[in-house]
Amino acid sequence: MSESTVLNDAAKVKMTARDVKVFYGTNQAIHGIDMDIMENEVIAFIGPSGCGKSTFLRCLNRMNDTIDICRVTGQIALDGQDIYHPSLDVVQLRAQVGMVFQKPNPFPKSIYDNIAYGPKLHGLASKKSDLDDVVESSLRRAGLWEEVKDRLNQPGTGLSGGQQQRLCIARTIAVSPEVILMDEPCSALDPIATSIIEELIAELKQNFTIVIVTHNMQQAARVSDRTAFFHLGNLIELGVTNDVFTNPTQKRTEDYITGRYG
Amino acid sequence: MTTEVKNLKGNAATRSKVQQQVVNSLQKRHRQEKLFRGAGVAAVSISILLVVLLFVNIFSKGLPAFWQHAIKLDIYFDPAVVKIAEKPVQQAGESDNEFRQRDLEWRSAVGMINFNRLIVDGLQKVIPDANEHRRDLQRIVTSGERFAIRDLVIKDPSIIGSTQSLFLLTDANIDVWLKGNIDRSLGDAQQQLSPKVREWVESLKAQGVIQNRFSFALFMNPDSRSSLASAGLAGAFMGSLYMMLVVIVLAIPMGVAAAIYLEEFAPKNKLTDLVEVNINNLAAVPSIVFGLLGASIFIGWFNLPMSAPVVGGLVLTLMTLPTVIIATRSTLKAIPPSIRQAALGLGASKSQAVFHHVLPLAIPGILTGSIIGVAQALGESAPLLLIGMKSFVASIPSSAMEQSTALPVQIYLWQGNELRNFFEARTSAAIIVLLALMLSLNSLAIWLRKRYEVRW
Repeated sequence: MSESTVLNDAAKVKMTARDVKVFYGTNQAIHGIDMDIMENEVIAFIGPSGCGKSTFLRCLNRMNDTIDICRVTGQIALDGQDIYHPSLDVVQLRAQVGMVFQKPNPFPKSIYDNIAYGPKLHGLASKKSDLDDVVESSLRRAGLWEEVKDRLNQPGTGLSGGQQQRLCIARTIAVSPEVILMDEPCSALDPIATSIIEELIAELKQNFTIVIVTHNMQQAARVSDRTAFFHLGNLIELGVTNDVFTNPTQKRTEDYITGRYG
Repeated sequence: MTTEVKNLKGNAATRSKVQQQVVNSLQKRHRQEKLFRGAGVAAVSISILLVVLLFVNIFSKGLPAFWQHAIKLDIYFDPAVVKIAEKPVQQAGESDNEFRQRDLEWRSAVGMINFNRLIVDGLQKVIPDANEHRRDLQRIVTSGERFAIRDLVIKDPSIIGSTQSLFLLTDANIDVWLKGNIDRSLGDAQQQLSPKVREWVESLKAQGVIQNRFSFALFMNPDSRSSLASAGLAGAFMGSLYMMLVVIVLAIPMGVAAAIYLEEFAPKNKLTDLVEVNINNLAAVPSIVFGLLGASIFIGWFNLPMSAPVVGGLVLTLMTLPTVIIATRSTLKAIPPSIRQAALGLGASKSQAVFHHVLPLAIPGILTGSIIGVAQALGESAPLLLIGMKSFVASIPSSAMEQSTALPVQIYLWQGNELRNFFEARTSAAIIVLLALMLSLNSLAIWLRKRYEVRW
């Protein structure tokens, strides 16, 4: 993690993690991770099941708070501000660091209400027309507008799996977060829906910092600027995606990428 | 297919042996499966048969009680008998209390009048030889009807001097006799009615003066012991209604709130574990124990009145709470966690996630659980016996603090009445009313569930 940690000198650090350890009860899931996440980059977390990549991802917007026995030590900062500081409001953090989940989980409400919920919650749109604008622009940016513009009042759960996942992405960007966390967003989708989401990620990169957990190494290679390889709760290697896949510095990374375990 | 099987068997001796074992065990399994299915079908058939038997029994006994024999009489409101002052009207400058006092005096004066005279006069018009059998004449119309006539006068004194054609309920024994529930081959001593009365009612029935009419008395009147034919369910019905109001107002909000807190917000520790175990145990406590508790706490300490629906409602609330809490918690548990995560991920606070997303999805289940709980409370009688709601109450309660009884308890009271062949039908009729109430509550539950169900 030396020279390759930083993409280029101009890139600004968005989030930093220092010596992050996570415990589930007495069981330690993550053994001290240091990481910098740059602004407007796509960073992919790869590694075998149970390596702690999802756990670490969930530390970044404190979704782990909802698990009673989970305890996080170390420091994670967003724009230099400690996100585990007692004075920080977790609601505000989650508006800044949005999340897309493994299984598409639209609310059992209309497509419109799915998108409008976040902006309403945070008071981002006061008038109905403002809200309409937010809904339209979010759906457009998620590439879903053309498909659903005539049925905004129909339930979001009636869409196909890929459309549902794009709806969830649209719902997340409607709150205008700075960072979007994606926890295996394509694992429940077919290849066509997956490629649509991957194209979407490439576009969203211009406005958002994206952290994506994936089991699919080709996906990591396709969408990400940098790749982090996790193993048994440790960050083994972090570097420019191309380097990690073609010329890994660590033996374990190479073994995983070439399919020797995982 | 067959050749393959042959080959499979023929290939190796061991394999064919294994196959043979499989075939043998298969036969055994098929036999067991058939046996199990047969047992299931038998169980279902037996239960259906028993339910049908129960319903046929209740309905065949109870339905006739919805119709009762009444005699059509021309009642002349003879001014010589009904001698009363003018109905008091509140005058200018008179205080409410003074007026009420005057009104009360007037009413008790009306109450002193012998309205039975009017009935006897009316009977004499339809029974030619009435004067020779004055004693028997008193046995035809049930005694409660003279108060019905009094109430007509109180309501509208201007009918004095006019003749009204009224249907008056006959005595309970006449109703039983006309319905054929007394064996007519028995001796006179066992016939409940004197030979003269039997002769009269037979001929009046034939003339159409006595008719079997739908009995509003069953629904409009409170219980009665002096005039059995006019005993009705209204008192018990209102008592049950007040109790259900108390249960709905207390048990559902409290139970749902407790369940939401325990399921969504409470930390998981020893204390909440203890609370959970206790709630589950409370659901299994025999209901009569809640009656004891109600008697000692609500009546003993809080000095609430005995036999009052408010106490019954409180006791039934305690009994219903665990049901509501358990139903609500299991509904909340069944809401997929992905919905909570989606809301939290968007920056909703925990309570916003619960109230905006989880609770609306849980509403159908909560409603169903609550209504089932209320229906259970409606049919409960054991705890009510201990707080005095099995007393005989001959008035319709006008508030939850007045003495009253409840529908299931009324059924119990009628079941024990001495005039068996009249009250057997009355009991079954009361059971039908209770069942109808339960059925409508359950249909409401189903309707609400369908109404608020969200498709995923």
